[in-house]
Amino acid sequence: MARIEIRNLRKEFGDFTAVQSSSFVIEDGEFFMLLGPSGCGKTTTLRMMAGLELPTSGEIFIDNQEVSQKRASERDIAFVFQMFALYPHVNVRKNISYPLVSQGMKRSQVTERVAEVSRILGIEGILDRPVSGLSGGDRQRVALARAIVREPKAFFMDEPLGALDAEFREHMAHELRSLHDRMGATTVYVTHDQLEAMQMGDKIVVMNHGVVEQFGVPQDIYDWPATMFVADFIGSPSMSFLRFEGAVEQGGTSVELGGISVEVPRLLEDAQGPLALGVRPEHIHFDDTATYRGQVIATEYLGTTQIVSVDTPHGALKARLSSEQPTRVGDAVGLRLDKRTLTVFDAGSGRALISEANREVLGHG
Amino acid sequence: MSFSVTEPSGRQKLFAGVLVVVYALVTIMPLAWIIATGFKTPSDAIAYPPKVVFEPSLEGYVNLFTTRTRASAETLENLGEPQTWYDSIVRENDMVIVGPSRYGERFLNSVIIGFGSTFLSVFLGTIAAYAFSRFKVPLKDDLMFFILSTRMMPPIAVAIPIFLMYRELGLNDTHLGMILLYTAVNLSLSVWLLKGFIDEIPVEYEEAALIDGYTRFQAFYKVVLPQAATGIASTAIFCLIFAWNEYAFAVLLTSGTAQTAPPFIPTIIGVGGQDWPAVAAGATLFLLPVMVFTILLRKHLLRGITFGAVRK
Repeated sequence: MARIEIRNLRKEFGDFTAVQSSSFVIEDGEFFMLLGPSGCGKTTTLRMMAGLELPTSGEIFIDNQEVSQKRASERDIAFVFQMFALYPHVNVRKNISYPLVSQGMKRSQVTERVAEVSRILGIEGILDRPVSGLSGGDRQRVALARAIVREPKAFFMDEPLGALDAEFREHMAHELRSLHDRMGATTVYVTHDQLEAMQMGDKIVVMNHGVVEQFGVPQDIYDWPATMFVADFIGSPSMSFLRFEGAVEQGGTSVELGGISVEVPRLLEDAQGPLALGVRPEHIHFDDTATYRGQVIATEYLGTTQIVSVDTPHGALKARLSSEQPTRVGDAVGLRLDKRTLTVFDAGSGRALISEANREVLGHG
Repeated sequence: MSFSVTEPSGRQKLFAGVLVVVYALVTIMPLAWIIATGFKTPSDAIAYPPKVVFEPSLEGYVNLFTTRTRASAETLENLGEPQTWYDSIVRENDMVIVGPSRYGERFLNSVIIGFGSTFLSVFLGTIAAYAFSRFKVPLKDDLMFFILSTRMMPPIAVAIPIFLMYRELGLNDTHLGMILLYTAVNLSLSVWLLKGFIDEIPVEYEEAALIDGYTRFQAFYKVVLPQAATGIASTAIFCLIFAWNEYAFAVLLTSGTAQTAPPFIPTIIGVGGQDWPAVAAGATLFLLPVMVFTILLRKHLLRGITFGAVRK
C-alpha cells in the first residue's frame, strides 16, 4: 500500500489561507485521522492529497512519488465522500464497477471483483437495486465497496459517518475499523468528532485555522497536548485550565497559584507572564487535606461517574469523580491535582511548556 | 426524508377536484373547438348559433393539402367519376384539384427550423451552463447578466437591424438563418435554466468520477448529463415551443423556401373564400409535434430521479 508524506502544504483561496504550511507523515497501513473544528482546513488538506484541489505550494508524496500537481486519477487513491456521491442514475452493481470499467478491465474480471467486494461488505443482496432506495448504512457500504474494489494505494474519507444518525454511526465506525484491520490499507479520515478520532485512529493530526497543532497517537495527544487548543478540543469534558500570572524557570517543579504551591513535572524551559495549568478531569481528586481549595458549583450525574464543576480563584475546573463520592453544590472542597499528569501552558501563545513528562511526545515537533 | 401532511378533508378534495376540472375545461375549450372546426364543412364552421353536433367531414384537411380551382359543370362532366375519396369531396363543391398545397413544405420547414434550433440551443446551453456552474469564469456574474439582458426587450424590437443584417449576409429566407436566429433568442433562457439544474447536481459526483479514473469530459458525459436529463428535457420543450410558434420573425424573414407554418396558415384564409376548416386543420396538425415531443419527454420532467442518492 502506501506511505504518504505532506511537506509544507499550503492552500490559499484568494485572500483566505485555508491551510498554512502543513507537514505530517502517514505510515503505510495507518488509520490516520485529520481532526479539527469546521473550517480548520482538514477537508482542504484531504482534497489536496486526493487531487481535487491544487495546492498553492508544498509537496505531497505518495509512495515517495511527488504527486501534488497530478490529476486525481493518476494518484491511484479512492475517496469516500460525506454525501457518498453514489451515481444516482445507475444501480449498485454499476456504481461499484465504474472505477474498474474506467480502467478498461475485462467484463468477467469486473464481475468477479464486484462479487468479492460485495461479499466483504455484505451487500450481495442489493447489487441490482437502484441506489436511491437504499438506507444510509447500505449507501455507506456501497460507497466503501466502490472505493475498495479498485485496490487503491490509499483511502481518503471525508467525514464518511457524518451523514448517518448517531446510533448507526457507532456501528459503522466499528465496521470501518475492522474493514481497515482486515485490508491493512493506508486510510486518511477527516472528522470533527474528537471521540471518533480517538476511537478509530492509529494517529491523529489536530488542525485549527489551517495550522497543524499536533500530530501523534491518540493517547499522547490526549495526555500531552501541545497547545491549549488541542487540550480544549480533545476530551469530553475537555482539559480545565487554571490561569495565573507568574514565572517558571528551567528545572522548576512547582507553580505558585495565589501563594499556594502546586507540584508539576520538572520543567525544561523558562516562561513568565500569563500562564495556565492544564489538568484533565480524571486527574483531579477531592482531598480535604489539600491546600488548594474551591467550591462545588454544579454536578452532572453520568452513571458510574459524575462531572463536578468546581469554582476556584483561577477559573472553573471540571473533575470526573466516582458517582459514589458524595458531593453537594456549595461544598468547599480541597483539590489534589495529580502532579504527574499536569501540563503548564504559556497562555499568551497557547503553547505547552516542555517538561520532563511531555518531552518525548512534544520533542519531535 | 419523509414528511407528513394532514390528509385533506372530503370537502377540500371536492373543491380541489372541481377547480381542476373547471381549469381544464377553460384550457381545453379553444383547443377542442379548433380540432372540431377542422372536421366541419365551411358552412358548419360559420353556422350561427355554433354547431356543437355536426356531421364530420374531411373537407378542411383536403383543402389544406391541395390547391383547387372552380370548374364549370361541363368540365366536371367531362372528367368522369372521381378517382379518389378526396377527389369526390372536392367535386361536391364544383371544384377540381390542380395540385398539392404548400402546407407540407411549410410544415417540414417548421420541423427543420424548430428542432434544429432547439437542438443547438440546448447543446450550446448545456456546455455553457456547465462551464458557468463548475469553473472559475472571470466576470462570471456580469457575463450571466449580459446573457440574460438579451431577453430584456422583446426580440422583435431588433427586427429591423436583423432584417438588414440578414439581407447583407444572404441569410434571408434560409433555414440556417432561422435556426441561428431562434437559437440566439433561446440560448439565454437555455443557459440560465440549465445552469440552475447543473448547480443542483452535487459536484461530488464528478469528483468521484475523476478519482475513479475518468477524464473531465467523461465525467461530464457519463455522470452529469444523465442527471441533467430532467433539466435538458424541460429546457428543450421551452425552446421548441418558442421556435415552433414564433410568428413575427417568420413573417418578416421568410417568404419562400424557408417559410414556416405559422406565417403560412393565415394565407389559407385568402384562398377561395374564408376556409376556416382548412385553417383549423392546419392548426391542429401543427399542434401535434409539440404535443408528441412534450409527451415523450414528460417522464424526464418528473423530478426525483436523483432523489435520495445524496443526502442533504
